[in-house]
Amino acid sequence: MTTIKVNGRDAGLDGVPVHTTVLDWLRDRGLTGAKEGCAEGECGACSVLVARPGVDSPTQWTAINACLIPAASLDGQEIVTSEGLGKSTELHPVQQEMAVRGGSQCGFCTPGFVCSMAAEYYRSDRTPSAAESCEHEHGPNGFDLHALSGNLCRCTGYRPIRDAAYALGEPPADDTLAARRSSPPPPPVATRLTVDGAEFIRPATLPEVLDLLAECPEAQIVAGSTDAGVEINIRGLRPPLVVAVDRLAELREFDFRADEVRIGAALTLSEIERLLAGRVPLLAQLFPQFASRLIRNGATIGGNLGTGSPIGDTPPALLALDASLVLASTRGERVVALAEYFTGYRQTLKEPDELIRSIVVPLPLAPMTAFHKIAKRRFDDISSVAIGYAVDVVDGVVLQARVGLGGVAATPLRARATEDALIGRPWTEQTVREASEVLAGEGTPMDDHRASSAYRSAMLGQSLLRFYAQHLAAEGVSA
Amino acid sequence: MSSLSLRPENSIVGLPLPHESAALHVTGEALYTDDLVIRTHDVLHAWPVQSPHAHARILDLRVKPAYDVPGVVRVLTSEDVPGVNDAGVKHDEPLFPSEAMFHGHAICWVLGETLEAARLGALAVEVEYEELPSLVTVREAIAVGNFQGIGRHLENGDVEAALAAAPHVFEGEFEFAGQEHFYLETNSALALIDEGGQIFVQSSTQHPSETQEIIAHVLGVASHAVTVQCLRMGGGFGGKEMQPHGFAAIAALGATLTGRPVRLRLNRTQDVTMTGKRHGFHSSWRVGFDDEGHLVALDATLTADGGWSLDLSEPVLARAMCHIDNGYSIPNVRVDGRIAKTNKTSQTAFRGFGGPQGMLVIEDVLGRCAPLLGYDAMELRRRNFYQSGDSTPYGMPVRHAERLEACWSEVLSEGDIERRKTEIEEFNATQPHLKRAIAMTPVKFGISFNLTAFNQAGALVHVYKDGSVLINHGGTEMGQGLHTKMLQVAATTLGVPLARVRLAPTRTDKVPNTSATAASSGADLNGAAIKNACEQIRTRLEQVAGGKLGIGAHDVRFVDGRVRGLTFDSASLSWEEVVHAAYFQRVQLWAAGFYRTEGLHWDANAMRGEPFKYFAYGVAASEVEVDGFTGAYTLRQVDIVHDVGDSLSPLIDIGQIEGGFVQGAGWLTLEDLRWDESNGPNRGRLATQAASTYKLPSLSEMPEVFNVRLLEKAHEDGAVYGSKAVGEPPLMLAFSVREALRQAAAAFGPAGTSVDLGCPATPEAVYWALEKARAGSTSPTGVGGV
Repeated sequence: MTTIKVNGRDAGLDGVPVHTTVLDWLRDRGLTGAKEGCAEGECGACSVLVARPGVDSPTQWTAINACLIPAASLDGQEIVTSEGLGKSTELHPVQQEMAVRGGSQCGFCTPGFVCSMAAEYYRSDRTPSAAESCEHEHGPNGFDLHALSGNLCRCTGYRPIRDAAYALGEPPADDTLAARRSSPPPPPVATRLTVDGAEFIRPATLPEVLDLLAECPEAQIVAGSTDAGVEINIRGLRPPLVVAVDRLAELREFDFRADEVRIGAALTLSEIERLLAGRVPLLAQLFPQFASRLIRNGATIGGNLGTGSPIGDTPPALLALDASLVLASTRGERVVALAEYFTGYRQTLKEPDELIRSIVVPLPLAPMTAFHKIAKRRFDDISSVAIGYAVDVVDGVVLQARVGLGGVAATPLRARATEDALIGRPWTEQTVREASEVLAGEGTPMDDHRASSAYRSAMLGQSLLRFYAQHLAAEGVSA
Repeated sequence: MSSLSLRPENSIVGLPLPHESAALHVTGEALYTDDLVIRTHDVLHAWPVQSPHAHARILDLRVKPAYDVPGVVRVLTSEDVPGVNDAGVKHDEPLFPSEAMFHGHAICWVLGETLEAARLGALAVEVEYEELPSLVTVREAIAVGNFQGIGRHLENGDVEAALAAAPHVFEGEFEFAGQEHFYLETNSALALIDEGGQIFVQSSTQHPSETQEIIAHVLGVASHAVTVQCLRMGGGFGGKEMQPHGFAAIAALGATLTGRPVRLRLNRTQDVTMTGKRHGFHSSWRVGFDDEGHLVALDATLTADGGWSLDLSEPVLARAMCHIDNGYSIPNVRVDGRIAKTNKTSQTAFRGFGGPQGMLVIEDVLGRCAPLLGYDAMELRRRNFYQSGDSTPYGMPVRHAERLEACWSEVLSEGDIERRKTEIEEFNATQPHLKRAIAMTPVKFGISFNLTAFNQAGALVHVYKDGSVLINHGGTEMGQGLHTKMLQVAATTLGVPLARVRLAPTRTDKVPNTSATAASSGADLNGAAIKNACEQIRTRLEQVAGGKLGIGAHDVRFVDGRVRGLTFDSASLSWEEVVHAAYFQRVQLWAAGFYRTEGLHWDANAMRGEPFKYFAYGVAASEVEVDGFTGAYTLRQVDIVHDVGDSLSPLIDIGQIEGGFVQGAGWLTLEDLRWDESNGPNRGRLATQAASTYKLPSLSEMPEVFNVRLLEKAHEDGAVYGSKAVGEPPLMLAFSVREALRQAAAAFGPAGTSVDLGCPATPEAVYWALEKARAGSTSPTGVGGV
């Protein structure tokens, strides 16, 4: 019997078509609070809470896009929807603040906002701070507005929603969802569902996955399903076999050693952010700019590399960090440098039967790093251009420089000519100006709805000037 | 003070109440049209077959393969239409076309037992097309003279003489984009056949009466055979004024043919590719100023990009032409307006309804010309404000023109603008890579439907024997808080606590022949109709209460659920006692209310008259910071003072102002509709047809500091309880953001740089603007200054 615990009650999954999303499954059960606004994880109207392993507490209530993940992938798990948080006659504190402050107008996005906000309300390390030094994105109650970066509202202009978020206190002592955090989340359940000839399998171990892949290399691998979900919803993809790997212990290892950081491929971007806790500054800069919190709660680092997309946001950063991948198959494991990994548009060195097991970032890190993302919207947008920098200057001379680019060619790539124009040269404005002209000529950027090719090229060149200006400012040298 | 506007003391109107459905919204208990599907049995699902060409004749439509798909129940084509094959009111929008007029045009619809079956059925339908030449930009349509509808001409004064005499004359062109509504709830309808063959359609529509009429003409039945209900909408913004009709008609047709309920809900891709948007415009202009910076003449041609059918393009164009003056007195004006016909979605109403497009032209002109005239843009705007006694180019007196200056002064002082301008100058002098700027722009927006007949409304108010009150009116709720205001109006008029009044969903068998909930007029029109109905009941109850209290009926007062005489010490009865007594005296306890806006007249051919009941005013100041490396920017602070009359519901009104402002800022800066204009295979395809490619403002675009004030002492004599409409006008306060970006871009160049800024002002557009400024080019405006 496959079940999901929804708002405290078990609900069955048997007979539910394999590609049915959690959202459609909930709505078909009469839980119509969660809405479909876009079906691609952009608007957050479908946000629900899932009990997931926490970094600071055994369980963390994690908000995800219910429109992207198959219902089958939550077999044995616990979820809470807006209906489960409170009733109109007995509102949850988050619902109360949203209601009285004018946080809803048409109300369609509201249940999703409420769930995303509740996740942040229950974040165990959310602590009030008297003088939150940083910008306007944190409330005095420790509320991180990025928790709402994956929710769109077309009516309010957001001010009352922000006010509601910043007015939240601590969960009361008798709050059952708060109490739930101190015991572990449900363990992953090995699942095998076949409906109408399509199959969903969640194997219990890595060897089982690799056997499956050896047998059936065209299987659709899913973790957070943030990419596959879009293909299914928008492009009508209906893969006959879906294999879920996001809860495999072998893919969720994290090891920070003296000479390298090893990051399990099935760790989500949110988890990695918390596990690294700022120890890799380049990635710390990247995380808030990677899609939205809702997506980062589901999307894995392995998935971002597995799709081979030229506009993924981790490759430019990881290229600059000189990362490599561990690929696993029944034939064993091998290590591939990320710089060699991408071979063409959505083509990689990964064989169809291989799975990304982990990502390895060598240490120590270069002292000067940055991640620049150019997009129309500040957050939750796809890059027109993304650039990762890792530069080491010793005695005024560039000893090492790695520049990773995204969005300017069919694959992410290293800006080798630019690196050559920097290495061995004095770290001066003249060097940087010359190198920035080289950088502006890297890749083969195209014209599309996100940006013109001319703008993309200009942004490459400007980016290096900006990197230089930022590092002068950081070192207190006047420009 | 008129009796309509007179507000009793301690009234419930004016209280800052949350949205009446707020508790339902936050828990997910509020029901929207598509939430009814799971609560309805035996529902069929609809999916369209969409054209892959911008323009093509349909040579053959083979639906048989769809029937081979398991679960497909019916394919709807033009042959199934018993009545008129038209989704609009102008007979230019065939519901089932014989010619695909735009990329994404629905050719036929498949009904399936499941949505998946309908989708697969639609994939199986075979359509043979003959591709035809297409026009996908307004410039292409202008070049070949492809227009639709009636062109309009508005003229006042002697433009040629004034331009000839003006010491400063400039000319230019300006083309700007439209906007996708992106209401979070896509279009949806659920139709079923009720008892006796009555067709009952739940529809997410701003205009239930017109949805009803179109269903009736498609089915070839009388209006009384069709009932349309709208529970609430997940946003409308004008996008559900005309667009829902055809979808509701498809669902109704399917239900009629199959005898089963039919659900039609567009997914986001379908909604964006099939439904109309805000009109993009092309404009060309000549403008003259005197030596003191006063506008002396404006000659402009506005071309609205109407898309494939007329829809609401004619009234949108008329409103654009009537708003090209914004808040500025221009003695000599000539405006020509026309509607281009292009192979795109049929552009339609969107918050502001052409007003924003007209006003954007003059704000762009002022922003470009200020540096060329040697004026600070703020000063140039202020010295051109309308003054008391002025009239608009179409001959309407600008009543309360002094409120422009009142809003402006209050923003200046409350926003501490002069001090901040000085700080910005210092900041810019020391920061090579970042520039800030602050801009202030006014709004003057006419309230009423341009077409006089639409300015009427009805309401139905029931008082039950237990004293509870049920109200119904012709307006629809799309998040704007109309129902909240209507409950407040009813409770105020009847003198009962708010909790005694309930509001039932909008439906056409309760109040007939309603106008669209549009033109910001929902509260003005329906509020007055509810007030009228409540007053009829109250007048009857005054007789009953007067008899029981032994006082004259005219001395009876209804306050907070008590009924008493004028004096403080008079005896009183409870509202319930009076209602109970009235029933036994056989006094009618319900009433139909009606309202028509007085004093309007409009000659559409001459473009003259007084089409508006009043003007709504407002002023905004926006401060931005622009990054010179990328053109990216942040909105640091916004200060707004806006005139809503005496607010009916301040929390709702502030929400409308903030939300309208951010939506306007989205249109002007971020939201980027891109059609494939190439001659490739996807010509005419909308490239930004999803939330991943069409970016709405998110929390990160909200102003860091956002201060909104309602103008005080702003009683409006001509409207219900002294209030003013608020839905649309604040959207146009966002011009201040665009103008601040222009000024910040200019700050990268030498003083006096005039900046030509693309619209939307995306980071890329701002980058090119500041690059030009940096290169030191003091570009003449547009095609060259004279």
